[in-house]
Amino acid sequence: MSSKDPHGYKKTLSSPYTGVKGWIDSRLPLIRMMEAEYLKFPVPKSLNYFWSFGGIAMFCLIGLILSGIFLGMHYKPSAAEAFNSVERIMRDVKFGWLVRYLHMNLASFFFIAVYIHIFRALYFGSYKAPRELVFIFGMLMFFLMMGTAFLGYTLPWGQMSYWGATVITNLFSAIPIVGDAILTTLLGDFNVSDATVNRFYVLHWLLAFAIVGLVVFHVITLHMTGSNNPTGMEPQNWDETLSFHPYMTIKDTKAMVLFFMLVAFVLFFYPNIMGHSDNYIRANSMVTPAHIVPEWYFLPFYAILRAIPDKLGGVLAMFGSIALVGLLPWLDTSKVRSCLYRPIWRICILLFALDFFVLMYMGAKPAEGIYVIISRVGTAYWFLFFLVLAPLVGYLETPRQPLTISNFLRDKKALN
Amino acid sequence: MKKITYIIFFIFFNLSISHSAGSKIDIPKYDWSWKGFFGTYDRSAAQRGFKVYKEVCSGCHSMNLLSYRNLEELGFNEDQIKVIASDYLIEDGPNDEGDMFEREALPSDRFANPYPNNNAARAANNGAYPPDLSLIVKARPKGADYIHSLLLGYNEAPGDFNVPEGMWYNKYMEGHLIAMPSPLSDGAIDYDDGTEPTLNQLSSDVTTFLAWAAEPSLENRKKLGIKVLLFLLVLFILTYISKERIWRDIKH
Amino acid sequence: MSEQNTQRRDFIKLASMTLGGVGAASLAIPFISSMQPGKDALALASTEIDLSPIPEGQSLTVIWRGKPVFIRHRLNEEIQSAKETKLEDLKDAQEDSSRVLQDKWLVVLGVCTHLGCVPLGQKSTDAKGDYGGWFCPCHGSHYDTSGRIRKGPAPTNLDVPPYTFLSENKIKIG
Repeated sequence: MSSKDPHGYKKTLSSPYTGVKGWIDSRLPLIRMMEAEYLKFPVPKSLNYFWSFGGIAMFCLIGLILSGIFLGMHYKPSAAEAFNSVERIMRDVKFGWLVRYLHMNLASFFFIAVYIHIFRALYFGSYKAPRELVFIFGMLMFFLMMGTAFLGYTLPWGQMSYWGATVITNLFSAIPIVGDAILTTLLGDFNVSDATVNRFYVLHWLLAFAIVGLVVFHVITLHMTGSNNPTGMEPQNWDETLSFHPYMTIKDTKAMVLFFMLVAFVLFFYPNIMGHSDNYIRANSMVTPAHIVPEWYFLPFYAILRAIPDKLGGVLAMFGSIALVGLLPWLDTSKVRSCLYRPIWRICILLFALDFFVLMYMGAKPAEGIYVIISRVGTAYWFLFFLVLAPLVGYLETPRQPLTISNFLRDKKALN
Repeated sequence: MKKITYIIFFIFFNLSISHSAGSKIDIPKYDWSWKGFFGTYDRSAAQRGFKVYKEVCSGCHSMNLLSYRNLEELGFNEDQIKVIASDYLIEDGPNDEGDMFEREALPSDRFANPYPNNNAARAANNGAYPPDLSLIVKARPKGADYIHSLLLGYNEAPGDFNVPEGMWYNKYMEGHLIAMPSPLSDGAIDYDDGTEPTLNQLSSDVTTFLAWAAEPSLENRKKLGIKVLLFLLVLFILTYISKERIWRDIKH
Repeated sequence: MSEQNTQRRDFIKLASMTLGGVGAASLAIPFISSMQPGKDALALASTEIDLSPIPEGQSLTVIWRGKPVFIRHRLNEEIQSAKETKLEDLKDAQEDSSRVLQDKWLVVLGVCTHLGCVPLGQKSTDAKGDYGGWFCPCHGSHYDTSGRIRKGPAPTNLDVPPYTFLSENKIKIG
């Protein structure tokens, strides 16, 4: 090799460590990376417990993948065998009931953690520059999560699995001209069938690992900018930060143990509370259940779908409502991040959170009478929030001057 | 932290009210032995319930997710189970000559099906398919309370209520019309343990049996659940103290 | 901070780490257990067989735990030769009497102890090997009328599965 290396391609085998650790680290700089990003990584001192939910969500994902691997060893993805193979897991496989209920309930708790995580990002302005990509990767993950959850819900092959899959895949038939062709290609048949459950199983795995891939990007982008915090102000000096370990690790662990206590309580004592009894009836393509309702985490979007009287319009509104969240970094025009210093926007966001719950409730109700009207008002607010309020409030509102992290903590302490 | 707790509770609250959508019929609540943190299935009730299933329900309803060997969990011993199983004929084969043949059921066999297939079941019951009972308690909202109520709910139809041929009035059925005639009545079968076979007793016993059949892992689940929650509680206390100690030196 | 205080802090930290580690590790128990044979597979782990249809000199192959079991109704001369074989001629020395419950019935697992093939010799037309028992076509192991290895690469005799006589003509394997 020539002595000149103007672009610095040549890496030197050196490491801050010695011995075996140094040998590995000089060849695979993972150890020094982990130390820099997880032990010494500086985070703002002022984080509250809302910031624990990213870690909680990650552990939910790990739990889901682990339990999924062991369920997959027994599950049979075919119309003839799927329902019985799940029941075999529940009855004959050692601890099969535990693995299955864990997978089932963790999926719901994953959504709970992620919804809180997203709310935190909205409330404290974590989506704003320079963290736009962190937010976009997060929303992409959320979108894939919904896909994974939908595919996974089809697999037990109960009545809700079957009819949920039928209704949701029929959304594609709303696409003009090619809709029906897309639908039959997706299903591999003319209805949800043996071919469908087989491919949904494969895609369920694929999307799950795609989420893992996006977690990596989410974390890389986050570690470029560092964490946001309640003030929305960047740390001014090192005194306003703490090392990730042990301060954040212990704080997050404490929150996580509490969260998983709740998971354990539901898992061991009310394992079916978030499910639907119809899914314990084997799929029957000739009979639709009287009340077909998606899983709770889809309800707000399901309400938006039904609020629009036009088929294609409803589908576009539903997907649009999710896509708009991802565009928030550019729709919100304010320079100030945190809601704590934006009195009007704060009200808008709290109303948005309320709207989310109202729509969730409406999604579970039959589409008739007053429920339709409330769903439409809720849907209107959703779009108003992103398309009108976000740009306008940011423009018109006079925010207060955000406190620095040190002043914020001093005031907080004085309050206590 | 308080705010987050509120949010989580709000989600659950929202879930519980949105799930109550649907039926307007009030199902009474009963006190079942398996409810609560330490609940277990009442074995003698479940054994009697199995007799009710065997002598009454199994004429029309299959339970194809259960095997005779599962009865061991209800307290039957191996020999009793062999005898119970041997009362049923199961199609097996083909044998060395290539023919299907019938043999007595073994403990490892699934519960014998009263009909050879679904269409035969439908044909024999005026077109109404008697559902498989393996999961019936989990497959109905309100579960055991609903099944018990339904079995007790064969009242006289109100004067203005029109009950068509081949249907029966039931107070707790959605729409109040059911294709199954009242299956149980006082003294419908005799109990071996001398329990009075009143309608209420028969119904609550068979409900206990069906609840066990739908969720046989319930007892193990609750037992393990208590241990896991206690473990997490201790872990939480320890992490709580650790956090306080680690953060104590941080000047705000 | 006093020294005592530091020690207590370290103890609590250590305790939470240990307990957390134990908790995470014990998650492996249900996961790994779920890989073991289920209750349905275990329920099939014993089989009852009626021996009366097997005439003298004939064999029956039954399935137990998914593997073939050879049941041979032995002729007198087969019993004789099995009994008279000297122990020093055997690679895996075992008396015939320790391999059977009743002399006329030999019950062995039909799996060659070399690499798991199924030996020939059950049908009257099969090659029975040099010792009149079974012959494994994979690598040429010869078994005698007691299922003992006599020639070839197999290291040990054909295994005898656990079985009991329920009556004169009925056995239970497993």
